[in-house]
Amino acid sequence: MTEKAPKLDKHIRLAHGNGGRYMRELIDALFAARLGDQGLDTRVDAAAVDVPQGVRLMMTTDGFTVDPLEFPGGNIGSLAIHGTVNDLAVAGAMPLYLTLNAFIEEGTEIKLLERIVDALAGAAREAGVKVVAGDTKVLARGECGGVYLATTGLGAVPNDLALDQQQVRPGDRIIVSGSIGDHGTSVLLAREEYGLRGDLQSDSASVLPITEMLLKHPGLRFMRDPTRGGLATVALELARESGLGMALEEDAIPLSEPVSAVCELLGYDPLYLACEGRVVAAIAPEAADDAVAELRISGVAPEAAVIGTVAEAPGPVMLTTGLGGQRLIDELEDDPLPRIC
Amino acid sequence: MRYIQGFRDGRTAEALSKLIAEEVRADRDYHLMEFCGGHTHAVFRHGIPDLLPDNIELVHGPGCPVCVLPVSRLDMAIELASDRNVILASYGDMLRVPASRRNSLLNARARGKDVRVVQSAVEALALARENPDREVVLFAIGFETTTPPTALAIKQAAALDLPNFSVFCNHVLTPSAIQSILDSPEVRRLGQVRVDGFLGPSHVSTIIGSAPYEFFAEEYQRPVVIAGFEPLDVLASIRMLIRQMNEGRAEVENQFTRGVSRNGNEKAKAMVAEVLELRPDFAWRGLGHVPYSGLRIKREFRRFDAEQRFGMVERDVRENAACQCPAVIRGVKKPTDCEIFGTVCTPRNPIGSCMVSDEGACAAYYRYRRYAEAV
Repeated sequence: MTEKAPKLDKHIRLAHGNGGRYMRELIDALFAARLGDQGLDTRVDAAAVDVPQGVRLMMTTDGFTVDPLEFPGGNIGSLAIHGTVNDLAVAGAMPLYLTLNAFIEEGTEIKLLERIVDALAGAAREAGVKVVAGDTKVLARGECGGVYLATTGLGAVPNDLALDQQQVRPGDRIIVSGSIGDHGTSVLLAREEYGLRGDLQSDSASVLPITEMLLKHPGLRFMRDPTRGGLATVALELARESGLGMALEEDAIPLSEPVSAVCELLGYDPLYLACEGRVVAAIAPEAADDAVAELRISGVAPEAAVIGTVAEAPGPVMLTTGLGGQRLIDELEDDPLPRIC
Repeated sequence: MRYIQGFRDGRTAEALSKLIAEEVRADRDYHLMEFCGGHTHAVFRHGIPDLLPDNIELVHGPGCPVCVLPVSRLDMAIELASDRNVILASYGDMLRVPASRRNSLLNARARGKDVRVVQSAVEALALARENPDREVVLFAIGFETTTPPTALAIKQAAALDLPNFSVFCNHVLTPSAIQSILDSPEVRRLGQVRVDGFLGPSHVSTIIGSAPYEFFAEEYQRPVVIAGFEPLDVLASIRMLIRQMNEGRAEVENQFTRGVSRNGNEKAKAMVAEVLELRPDFAWRGLGHVPYSGLRIKREFRRFDAEQRFGMVERDVRENAACQCPAVIRGVKKPTDCEIFGTVCTPRNPIGSCMVSDEGACAAYYRYRRYAEAV
């Protein structure tokens, strides 16, 4: 006679992290039930993985904290997959395997955790990546902001692929795959601190379809996903590492109306707000228009656009404003703070 | 909503830029002071100088709320926040402003003081209701735009009989500041600063109206154009100012008609008058002591006055001698005239308040024009 699966408590208790029965039941009911079909074997301490031949392996790791844990367009679970998958994808790699660490605060609702792991499993499945190992820790109430996740990813990249800032040449075009600041703004709205509400969705998504399409172009030099620090930070890093200046066109940068409105109200600059499903790429001038057309027509990135050009010489990142003036793009200092009036 | 983009259209800007170029006389130049930090911000963020002829010079005025607050008042706020029972509610851009001894509200918060960012005065009121066992103090700063909300919060606190809410009132008045600039020796006698006309405040004027500027236009023979904060507003207003000067007029004109009337917001003005009154004297950063330029809480509402409740004392503070913020605020110097600009004083390590806020002239120069000025 098999033991009936026990009903879990409604909330996480410290005992769910004690290595004993509660923990086993939590891991089985929460993680194994959702990730077992993707290769997660909770009975072993380490997972063996198959590695394709003739490739280099790439590894990346990322920690995830977000307040609130759920926001329009995703939650910390989907974010933890997208963040790590995207770091591999923009390096030109095919993500293969992930490990997952979960730090859970005592008192967290189990239902919330179920939604988080559901989203995580869904995002992993969609990106074709397997979560093969994991660990759970429970922290006492007040020692952790609900749930923190950390994922480490292993991906495969062709031996001959050379993508980095040093590949960038004068005259190369800068592409962005969609509107900027949607994630940063939707999380801000979800916090409801400022009494602002809206139907904006986070752009949190796997960028694999975009990077796969861009990788077909031999003229592709460099890709990056503009997360914290936004588009401006990626542009500045590219200018610094390539040793070349850059000219961006404000009018060409896709920006949704809600993001633009929230930024005006609070005095934020959308160029510095986070995205979680966009790609910024540098690509040879002769390939740029074709690449953007493909992204748009295929529906993979309907708002993709050429937003600037790499300069002939070292220099700053300059933005031609919609008005026709020039301004410097500078490094983000402290966190953006709302302006008084 | 196309409201924002409609006022930033590049083609309209090009047309306005041409009209301004046609309007200016080649045999003279034009020194226009934009009073407000909001204008300074718009000028730099949108690259407006690139659309103006060389003989139009924009002089940056003192209308940056966090820039003109003296260090001594900020020190008082930080001291207040070190009371463990106090929650200090502040507007966001006040947090980084340097106080004495390299302190700031942001540092105080990092050291565990309870400093909260609010977007409006009533949010501070809500904090007081949510934390009945704590003292919530609103660090109220700013010109006439932020004053009515402070008055409203005090009135609401009185109606609710809230025992744990008070206001550290630092509100200042725009007309007093303009007069102080026009009366300053640099402008009147020394000729160090030329201010031929003013781009008048937009948000402040929605409250006080355009009438208060009529005195300056008449008495000092300086044209004033109340200008909206959007870049096309600024361009259109510059054209109106140039035209007045060329025609030898010195009048108050209103470009920002969608927000400003001659008398302003009577209801807001009445509420301010009910709760707040003039201080005989207020020390501004940059302008120094300006008589009748600041507001304090009236006797009837003194139980909501943090200065009374906590027995706050203002101490003399010596400012960094190398910092030219005071001169920058008066329009006497450009940020690039300051020896420590961009070297010792940067947004990362601001010595003066003008390097902090997006509306401060130094920060705007540093962020948006550093390269243009260097070449």
